[in-house]
Amino acid sequence: MDLVAMVLLVEDDPSVREGLGLALRRQGHDVRAAATGEEGVERLRESRPDIVVLDIMLPGIDGFETCRRMRAQAEVPIIMLTARGDDFDVVAGLEAGADDYVVKPVEPRVLEARIRAVLRRTVSEPSTVERHGSLMIDRAGLQVHKDDVKVALTPTELKLLLELSRTPGRVLTRQQILEAVWEHDYLGDSRLVDACVQRLRAKIEDVPSEPRYVHTVRGFGYRFGPR
Amino acid sequence: MRSLFRGLKPRLMAAFLLLTLLGAVAAAGASYATARNLLLEDAQNSFMNPLVEDVRNYAPRLRVPPDQQDLDDFGSFLRGSATVVYENLRARNTPDPSALVPAEMREALKTSRTVLWQRRTDQAEPYVVIGIPLLRADGTPTGVQVLAWTSLGGPQRAIDSFATAAWVGVSLVLPLALGLALFTARGVLRPVRRLGAAARALGSGRLDTRVDERGSDELADLARTFNRAAEQLESSQAASRRFVADVSHELRTPLTAMNAVTAVLDEDAASLPEDTAVAARLVSTETRKLTRLVNDLMEISRFDEGRNVLELDEWDISTAVRDSLAARGWSSSVEATLPDGITGRVDRRRLDVIVANLVGNALKHGGAPVRVVVRPGVIEVSDNGPGIPPDALPHIFDRFYKADTARSRSEGSGLGLAIAWENARLHGGTIEAANAPSGGAVFTLRLPW
Repeated sequence: MDLVAMVLLVEDDPSVREGLGLALRRQGHDVRAAATGEEGVERLRESRPDIVVLDIMLPGIDGFETCRRMRAQAEVPIIMLTARGDDFDVVAGLEAGADDYVVKPVEPRVLEARIRAVLRRTVSEPSTVERHGSLMIDRAGLQVHKDDVKVALTPTELKLLLELSRTPGRVLTRQQILEAVWEHDYLGDSRLVDACVQRLRAKIEDVPSEPRYVHTVRGFGYRFGPR
Repeated sequence: MRSLFRGLKPRLMAAFLLLTLLGAVAAAGASYATARNLLLEDAQNSFMNPLVEDVRNYAPRLRVPPDQQDLDDFGSFLRGSATVVYENLRARNTPDPSALVPAEMREALKTSRTVLWQRRTDQAEPYVVIGIPLLRADGTPTGVQVLAWTSLGGPQRAIDSFATAAWVGVSLVLPLALGLALFTARGVLRPVRRLGAAARALGSGRLDTRVDERGSDELADLARTFNRAAEQLESSQAASRRFVADVSHELRTPLTAMNAVTAVLDEDAASLPEDTAVAARLVSTETRKLTRLVNDLMEISRFDEGRNVLELDEWDISTAVRDSLAARGWSSSVEATLPDGITGRVDRRRLDVIVANLVGNALKHGGAPVRVVVRPGVIEVSDNGPGIPPDALPHIFDRFYKADTARSRSEGSGLGLAIAWENARLHGGTIEAANAPSGGAVFTLRLPW
């Protein structure tokens, strides 16, 4: 499976940009770089990358705002590059719509593994179209319709929905979800799951605070089941 | 005795008591002496003056030398307990003075021109004896003496009751003084004790300790000085920690750039000239070490600034430990006893950090086999190495502490055990380091899960 991708790298520090660019190119990726958030949003529009690697500390509009603007434009997966590792950064980044995050100084193989995991999320599988309540999930076409209207999901949101809906009524722990969707091999940040569930609910639930499809099972994880 | 008075409180109280006692006794003593003299003089004068007056009035009528009849007449003229003597004659109708009037006084009266008196206590009650010599017109003694005595029992009883009252007063004042001493001592000592406790807290590292500084006395001044000192200490510590955090943060960006290309160096080293290849590998290896160090420094900084939070969840402890070992490829090199069914509310990421650092430390410094045992509330990591030198035990969790000073630089950052300890503390738990009786180090993690 060839997972060579076009990566948009938004990073203000020239050395980091060059170093990460070199490392990613060595992995076979096609790398486009941008030095500011504005430039990144511009590049996103014209080059349609498969994935964005986005630094948080940027001159001008910061990484969170850049992330929001990119989200408004496209369903492209975004990996945040945080220099602080602060909980505040992580939560704010996930709320802004990031799919995953890595902490500087990042090991190139870690970044590479995360990129590949995100890219693998959009792999179709042979299956029939399933209907759950007013939700229609097409596993082969990788499309979700609600009341016959297409729902625009990011690859991570789609993969999460596919995982949850594979076993309706069964509780999946955050750890299981992390391993299945994010491919974090042993220790992931469960806030990734929570943030993504929030975004997914905002798109597929009628009232996100009273979910019909993705239910929270306190202390364990999440359960899919139309009610 | 020394130790009893070493405290400020007993010393203050003893001083108060002594002062009160001295003052009370001095005041009572002085007023007792004055009152005694006044009372006695008064009693004596009221007896003596009328007698002297009578004698003076009668004297011109007395024949000198007198015969028995003259003395008898004089004796009946005088009233009360008085007698008249001349050489061996004595007025017959008067009492015998020989038991009460001392011979010396009789002797002295023969030549004296003034009235003599003497207070005596050789009887049951104190009394005063008065001797009045009769003088001729030219002032020479005639030899006729009037002797009189009267009891001082009344005044003495008044004096005694006065003394008793004084002693009662002193003994009543003493408890009052004691109470006042206690009150004052408490007022002084409570702030002192609070300052002591605060200083101890400050010394043990709680730099946010402050004391109540209200008031305008010297102790409030001291409290203010203490608070200022604590503030400065705190801000200087915060500044130095901030500095470490800032330095680590500043190092991150260049390290990210360097780290990104280490893989390139590693991959291409084989095709480089020998020296260049060695240099490239060296740069690559050290960059990764530096990255670990900076990451650990950042983590410690977050602990220092209290920015690390627990994310507690219910986890199966054995599974968590097994995963931690497996993730680092240690499953085969560690003998793990992982019973089923032990669950606990822990932050799994932090538990992983603790286990990784303890086991990593055991593998590095201890000897095989390294054992990990999970029990309810306890995870024990032991090795078969030389153990920890006794003088190193208290410092084993200190930052950058190295038990063996000859080992200039170890594989790790020197912060692993400190980070493990901070993570345990964040959970409200502890890690203890000890040596097993059979040799080898034992690290015991206790978590309140």
